Amino acid sequence: MTRFNAFNLLKNAMSGHKNWTEQWPDSQPKSEYDVVIVGAGGHGLGAAYYLAKEHGITNIAVIDKGWLGGGNTGRNTTIIRSNYLYDESQRLFDHSVDLWQGLSQELNYNVMYSNRGCLMLAHTVHDVQSFKRHVHANRLNGVDNRWLTPEECKEYCPPINIAKDARYPVMGGALQERAGTARHDAVAWGYARGAAARGVDIIQNCAVTAIRRNAGGSVAGVETEKGFIKAKKVAVSASGHNSMVMATAGVRLPLESMPLQALVSEPVKPIFPCVVMSNAVHAYCSQSDKGELVIGSGTDQYVSYSQRGGLPLIEHTIAAISEVFPIFNRMRMLRKWGGITDNTPDRSPIIGKTPVQNLYVNCGWGTGGFKATPGSAHVFAYTIAKDEPHPINAPFTLERFRTGRLIDEAAAAAVAH
Amino acid sequence: MLLIHCPYCNETLPEVEFAYASEAHIARPAKPSDVSDEDWAEFLFMRSNVKGPLYERWRHIHGCGRFFNAVRDTVTDKFLTTYKAGDPRPDLSSLTEGLK
Repeated sequence: MTRFNAFNLLKNAMSGHKNWTEQWPDSQPKSEYDVVIVGAGGHGLGAAYYLAKEHGITNIAVIDKGWLGGGNTGRNTTIIRSNYLYDESQRLFDHSVDLWQGLSQELNYNVMYSNRGCLMLAHTVHDVQSFKRHVHANRLNGVDNRWLTPEECKEYCPPINIAKDARYPVMGGALQERAGTARHDAVAWGYARGAAARGVDIIQNCAVTAIRRNAGGSVAGVETEKGFIKAKKVAVSASGHNSMVMATAGVRLPLESMPLQALVSEPVKPIFPCVVMSNAVHAYCSQSDKGELVIGSGTDQYVSYSQRGGLPLIEHTIAAISEVFPIFNRMRMLRKWGGITDNTPDRSPIIGKTPVQNLYVNCGWGTGGFKATPGSAHVFAYTIAKDEPHPINAPFTLERFRTGRLIDEAAAAAVAH
Repeated sequence: MLLIHCPYCNETLPEVEFAYASEAHIARPAKPSDVSDEDWAEFLFMRSNVKGPLYERWRHIHGCGRFFNAVRDTVTDKFLTTYKAGDPRPDLSSLTEGLK
């Protein structure tokens, strides 16, 4: 792997940038690995990276049925924040925000992390009470978050309409200044490059068709389109398809896969300085470095693997965006798409061991997985290496659906991840 | 937009008239006090989340207000059939035959 630095840039400029080496090889599967990770998104590639870097396990394959980063890693709205309500969630997501701060340097790859701030607008008295509770809960845990008046919201993000007679009046907002955005593809590419440089095989366009178990019940390996691959440990990180993959090992999960849609506008000059979320009207918005407005909505209501979703939701989202930011109401939209999110009943993820020995799962991120990529990958790698959860992901077990110890972020109002 | 046939109103109407109500044919345990924690978890939370034909419930919330069942292919979002609540689970092979 050629490191990116001023010297190498200059050296390659001399030869017209024709001699850069490939970022990662297109590996073919070996017959046996210490760890097989199913799903080459940010979470899976990141777990491989941290396993190799921090736990000395390098005989790893990351297998994906498509291209790496071609699933939800490339389909989200790139928002990063940690202003969750419960202590467990705050620790998990703030761990991730901590890792985002230095990720470009860590990976020697520019992930374009920009802590431009995330402002969550309150439109009703209930919103105000709920978000102030979030602010207090966050501050008790040392997580950045503060309350802004409507005028302060307008000052922080001028396109917001704070008129008293607006369809969705702004009664204030919760601002997390450490929150922001990053370049989603670069996160997958950076982790892939870093993992491959440490000996990890990244096997693309090779679907895992089943997880095979030994007579004793423990994991034996995975069946793939390119044949059986023996593995000491198997870790599943397949977002919308987690239920399908895990079912082949006989593990049922509390998940429902639903399309989450997003869309982008035509690119315009910089006008939108931060991320704004409006949970009551279920729309969120930021501006990419290319100049496009990146707009997200809630999930469609039904289980689907179509990566498409329905237009009623887009209409609802655009209606809300036009009301909150009247300046954008004549803007043309260029593209829309859907990603398949795996949602748990309490809207918190599951990261940990499973009833099957040496089988691990990282799932249920629902609509909020991108922000957690580094933190999730980091604690998942720990869990795989040590066969026990890291203190940060210890509460996020599959067991909690039996014990009843849910982490009910769904009931905590700020559900639009 | 999905067009959904309500078996009670006998009309095919836009998705926005309906609310999704998750997987169908999950029966509440007859004797709740006898149910183990594992079985409660299974009943309350575990879902088949099928990629393909899924038995599911919908509610005609802005119409007759009644719950009914449907079989829908979750890959294409195409409805194979809808039927009244309480009716037996239709045979999948007869439903998918017409698609081939």
